[in-house]
Amino acid sequence: MTAKIEAKNLVKIYGNNTGEALELFNQGYSRSEILKQTGLTLGVAGANFEVAEGEIFVLIGLSGSGKSTLLRCINGLLMPTSGSLLVDGNAVEKMGGKELRRLRGERISMVFQHFAILPNRNIIDNVAFGLELRGVEREARWAEASEALDSVGLGDWKNKMPQELSGGMKQRVGLARALVMESDILLMDEPFGALDALIRAEMQEELLTLQREIKKTVVFVTHDLDEALRLGDRIAIMRDGAIEQIGTADEILAEPANEYVEQFLTGIDVSKILDAASISKWPRELVRDSESVSVALHRMKKTDTDYLFVTGQRRKLVGMITRDDLLPLSKKRQTSFKDVIREANTIPGDTIMRDVFPELRHSERALAVVDENGRFLGVITHNTLVESLDERKGGDGIAEL
Amino acid sequence: MLNFSLPKLEIGEAIEWLVRWIIANLSVIFDVIKNILNSITGALNDGLLAIPTIILIIIFALGVWLLTSKTTALLSFTGLVLIWNIGLWPQMISTLVLVVVSVVIALLIGIPTGILMTRSSKLETAMRPVLDFMQTMPPFVYLIPAVMLFGIGVVPGLFATIIFAVPPPVRLTYLGITQVPEDMKEMAVAFGASDRQVLRKVELPLSLPSIMTGVNQCIMLGISMVVIASMIGAGGLGAEVMRAVNRLDLAHGFESGLAIVVLAIVLDRVSRNIGSGKTTPAGRIIEYLKKHRKAKLESRVSQI
Ligand SMILES: Nc1ncnc2c1ncn2[C@@H]1O[C@H](COP(=O)(O)OP(=O)(O)OP(=O)(O)O)[C@@H](O)[C@H]1O
Ligand SMILES: [Mg+2]
Repeated sequence: MTAKIEAKNLVKIYGNNTGEALELFNQGYSRSEILKQTGLTLGVAGANFEVAEGEIFVLIGLSGSGKSTLLRCINGLLMPTSGSLLVDGNAVEKMGGKELRRLRGERISMVFQHFAILPNRNIIDNVAFGLELRGVEREARWAEASEALDSVGLGDWKNKMPQELSGGMKQRVGLARALVMESDILLMDEPFGALDALIRAEMQEELLTLQREIKKTVVFVTHDLDEALRLGDRIAIMRDGAIEQIGTADEILAEPANEYVEQFLTGIDVSKILDAASISKWPRELVRDSESVSVALHRMKKTDTDYLFVTGQRRKLVGMITRDDLLPLSKKRQTSFKDVIREANTIPGDTIMRDVFPELRHSERALAVVDENGRFLGVITHNTLVESLDERKGGDGIAEL
Repeated sequence: MLNFSLPKLEIGEAIEWLVRWIIANLSVIFDVIKNILNSITGALNDGLLAIPTIILIIIFALGVWLLTSKTTALLSFTGLVLIWNIGLWPQMISTLVLVVVSVVIALLIGIPTGILMTRSSKLETAMRPVLDFMQTMPPFVYLIPAVMLFGIGVVPGLFATIIFAVPPPVRLTYLGITQVPEDMKEMAVAFGASDRQVLRKVELPLSLPSIMTGVNQCIMLGISMVVIASMIGAGGLGAEVMRAVNRLDLAHGFESGLAIVVLAIVLDRVSRNIGSGKTTPAGRIIEYLKKHRKAKLESRVSQI
């Protein structure tokens, strides 16, 4: 069976005269290099994926990662610069104007982040808009639109004007407008992005319920990890126009394809709010600079590590010592380790999480977190990030899956 | 000292040559246009004057009421009765016909031009200086080619008025359409709209307020030009003003001026109200009919 939607090496570069930029892309230049040399933005950098019939496929990534661009290639609002996009095996980029209009008017419907509801039409005429474009008679389209509005719980609002509706209601109108088309593909570009958390959760639930009945092929864009995990049968993580990993929620959580995905999974929201101090942990053992070599070695052994942070008076961080440095001293029966204290990798306590990642990556050992007076606050290890995320979630979210 | 004279550029002569060439070679076309316009304005004039004045005044007031509100309708009624009373009714009608015909033609030219400008940036850059030119050239200048092309009478008056009144609808149609949010257009395209449908169902409705401002300005410029056009025999209230000026007849001049003011106010209020989104009696009636039909439809649907 062929896939419902399939992208093959899909590249989208914004602007005219994309030849040079495409050449650079094919030679393996990065997005920023292409931008610098040609002034053109690489929107999608060689995407490959298949979406099966009846599946919810989620595109997730940071702002500017090319999610909307990729989505707009599916219904031909944007045309690929190279590569191909197939819907039911037919290449969208090869379609003529008429064919494209039929594709959009009959087989693919879209829900928009900012609703895109026409302010001069009342609700029912907004919902009937697509049918009107199709040339459906007024009575027939009102009947269908009215049914669609009932199905999203807005049956009593048919004759109201859009200005009278709340954000959540407007998005339901957007959904009804897409559903009434009875097309088998639904493209949703951050449809719940403009809604507050509670209504958002409610809408997600509704979408899932609806999906159980209507079984459409849905491509859903979001930048919210929870939303992606909750809704997606499969998830594609995008970065700088490229797809970093595609898989089910379980697959991605269990085996992130690379560091970026890992960071993305752990840090996406938390990284904006938390700082280094708040996620740091007190190490299991420390050593004071006045203590002896043998004490230090004993503690290393006890905690099964090969280094310790050293603190001085008033918990000031002095540095760190390693077992390899201590062992010769121990042989010489020296008691003080002051001569072998090394400089520790430190990080200020108010560093935001996002900036902690690169530091951590360049450091073999844990990072010592210090305050503005150089006092020791705790450590951040490679595990700390994952742990802090789990704690924050308190078992919901991921565990629910 | 350097002292040499540049030869004068013969711009004015070139234009004159052009107009003369047109007259010499295309006069048939202008005769046809002239005849058509003459018969249209003549018929409208005669038709309106054939209706008993008081009935026509009531019809006008009713129309104003439908399109605006009760107070404006009462005001218009009083104003029109006043014009009738001072004996300027036939002149007012001929001015009204002149304004209406020239505005309709100006809109038929202006709105499509504005739309085309949004589709072609080349046309847009080309039209910009032309529009500036048309709006800043003293309107009296238009009278000269008008007379050369059409002689003396109503039609050259129409011609000059149209040229003078056409820029606002062009500009404001262009402005209105370019200000339609991109995501609304994208939505329409995503639902399978053709270019034409995007224009008809999204761009024009959403830019209606701007376009109506253009219509309003077109009417206002039309009225002011009609007075000037009376210099070349367009007749109407403008001619009365001219006569009063020539005779230094303050009383008559004031009365004619007042009649123009009344006409201008009525046309302004009506054209300003259409498309402003304010509810009008006409709007309420349409709304009522729509609801009625929807209710009927719904009951039919629920019966099934
Ligand atoms: N019309 C355009 N012309 C030029 N560049 C564009 C255009 N639209 C988007 N871009 C650029 O393409 C890149 C990808 O944009 P896109 O809108 O696809 O990102 P996104 O993942 O949807 O982000 P967001 O979450 O903010 O919506 C961005 O760098 C953006 O600046
Ligand atoms: Mg986007």
